[in-house]
Parts: sequence; structure tokens; C-alpha cells
Amino acid sequence: MNRFNLPSAFSLLICAFLFLNWTAPSGYIVGDRVENFSLKNVDGNFVSLSDYAGKKGVLVVFTCNHCPYAQIYEQRIIDLHKKYAPMGVPVLAINPNSPLVVPMDSYEEMQKRAALKKYPYPYLYDEDQYVMRMFGASRTPHVFLLDSSRVVRYIGAIDDNPESPNSAKNHWTESAVNAMLSGKKPNPDFTRAVGCTVKKMPRK
Amino acid sequence: MFFFNIYLLMKNSNSHRFRLVLTILVVIFLQRTSFAQDYSIYDSIQQLESRIKQAGNATLVINFWATWCQPCVEELPHFEKLKDKFPDNDIQVILVSLDFKSQLEKKFLPFLRDRNLKSEVVLLADQDVNTWIPKIEEEWDGAIPATIVFQGQKKEFSLGKFDSLEELGAFVQPFVADVNSPLKPVTCGGK
Repeated sequence: MNRFNLPSAFSLLICAFLFLNWTAPSGYIVGDRVENFSLKNVDGNFVSLSDYAGKKGVLVVFTCNHCPYAQIYEQRIIDLHKKYAPMGVPVLAINPNSPLVVPMDSYEEMQKRAALKKYPYPYLYDEDQYVMRMFGASRTPHVFLLDSSRVVRYIGAIDDNPESPNSAKNHWTESAVNAMLSGKKPNPDFTRAVGCTVKKMPRK
Repeated sequence: MFFFNIYLLMKNSNSHRFRLVLTILVVIFLQRTSFAQDYSIYDSIQQLESRIKQAGNATLVINFWATWCQPCVEELPHFEKLKDKFPDNDIQVILVSLDFKSQLEKKFLPFLRDRNLKSEVVLLADQDVNTWIPKIEEEWDGAIPATIVFQGQKKEFSLGKFDSLEELGAFVQPFVADVNSPLKPVTCGGK
């Protein structure tokens, strides 16, 4: 009797599916070592992560022009850079959005915004959206703190009060950088916050 | 109030001053009723959780949006039409706004007035976002638009905008119980 067992075939299929899903890369998690990447900055030059060798860390911030939450946090991102760049942890901002979906996030608009707000850090254009996919960045703003070995130490929000930084109870990104600089593990090392979805280019 | 007005009318029909007062009262009354958009403010996620429980066996579609979120605003009409797409089914749609409560008068209410939304609208003002998001959906990190469909113990999450009513309908379809199905359990005392 060699009867085809439908339920067990089904469960095998489900297991295979779950396994494939589980092993599929869905961005970095805390503890992962980040691959090098190179993207065009608003000044026309390419910036690579490897340019930051020798730094104590990098604050990779996925942000953009159009998102009101990114705008709310814009000054706080500038302030993070001003505070931590002298301590060896500069900001590296990346716009992950497709201008095909949001024209306000085009390279030209990025150049205008960076000039207007005098960004003290590079503002990179992730034209093919490969860096966004590599990191698993899903919203703007979305912070990834990397240490000197390019290992992810913190993923999440800047603080817990979009309306007013002064009223925030938790300044998560600052706490994470402080912890890392003093040789400690950031706690928490992962936070959630409201933001705009990353605008992926339309599938053809 | 209506009877009170009538009473005034009856008693003071000869007085111009009271007629004026009466007219003003009626205008105010009409203005209030013409803005029929109902909404709730939930200061705690527990209120949303108990609202989800209230849905019972109905198909519950929760859309997280905000007036400042362009793709959210673009997809709202699809949610408004969702019930019409499944006219024979018990579908509940809740539009959960993540607008700031401080912008209630300035942004949120004018938006509701303009759009005249007919779905249930909630302003979720729980500030502890990092705590409440995983309670609602572990997979979600807070980006909007985001949509969750519930039916009994079943649940599915979707991040990003639905481009059409058809796309939203296809997402909700597997969670819609067929009321005409002979397998449907008999409910007692239901509508």
C-alpha cells in the first residue's frame, strides 16, 4: 500500500515554504555585519561606507524630502550629527524613495533640500533601492547605528516624541550611541515608530 | 431642545428678540447635525484592543492612516467602498488615524468634514508607539499606510497602499465568511 498521503504532503509543502521564507534575506538585524555600498551624494560625488573606516561608528539614517515625519525629525538628525560627528559617529543620510512614486524625492529635489537646510552630512540617492533592500529599511526616518566594524548595534527610532524632542521620555538613538561609545550594548537595540513607508519603484 | 424651541416660539411669538434667539438656536442646531461625521478618540491601545474583540465573528478591517500621509489619503476611498463590495457580509471597517491629538481642531476635524467619511473613524492618541505597535502586529514597524484584517482568530497584515478597490478586495476576500454558505454556524440572537 503506497498511498499518497495528502495531509503530510501538505505539511511538507508548508514547512518548505516557511523554511524558504525564513531563510530569505529581509534586511539586517542587530548583530549583522553590513556590506559595503557606494551611492551618489547630493554634491555629485560617490560616498562609500568604506570611506568611514577608522570612525567609531556611523549613524545610517534613511530619510527623505517629502515625508512629514522625516521633516519633523530633520533638525534632530542634524543635531545628532553635530553632537556625535566630533565624537567619531557621523550621520550618513540616505533617501530610499523612488521619485517615480514621489517626485519630491528626486535627486534634484534632494540637492535643493540639502542646500536649503545646510545638511552637515552626505545625503545619498539610493536610485536602484538596493541599499534600502540590503538594510531592510521600511520607513522614513529609520535609523541604523553601525559600530567601527560595521556591525549593526541599534535599529529604530530617534526618540519617542515626534511632536517635541524636549518632551521625549526616551532618546533612543542618543542612548544607543552613548552606550556603544562606552562599550555597552544599547538597550533597547530595536524600537518602532510611526513613519512613512519607503516608496518602492513600481514593478514593471 | 426641539421642544424647548417650540415652547419659546409658542410663548414669545410676538417678541422679535426671542424670534431672533430662536433663529440662532435653530441655525446652531442645524450646523451641528449637518456635520454628522462621528469619531472616537482612543488614548490607550486597550480601547482599540477591546474594539477588536467586539467585532466577534465579523470581518474587521483596520486601516492605519493619517491626514499628513499622502498614500493613506489616496487609498481611503477604497476602504469607504469596501462594504459595498461585499454587501451580503458582515464587514466592519475602522479607519484608525495616527494624527497628533494636538492637531485635532486644525487638521483632523477639517479633514473629516471635507471628506465626509462614512466608515468608523478613530483617532489613536496612545503616545507609547513602541509598545503598542507590536501588540497589534509583531511584523509592523510603524510605517503607514498599514492595514490589518481580522476574522475570528485569523489575521493578516499588509504594509503600503492599495492601488485599487479590487486590490483591497482581494486582500480581504479570504477573511470574508460566506453568509450563504450552508457551513456557516447558526448564530443566536444576532442581527
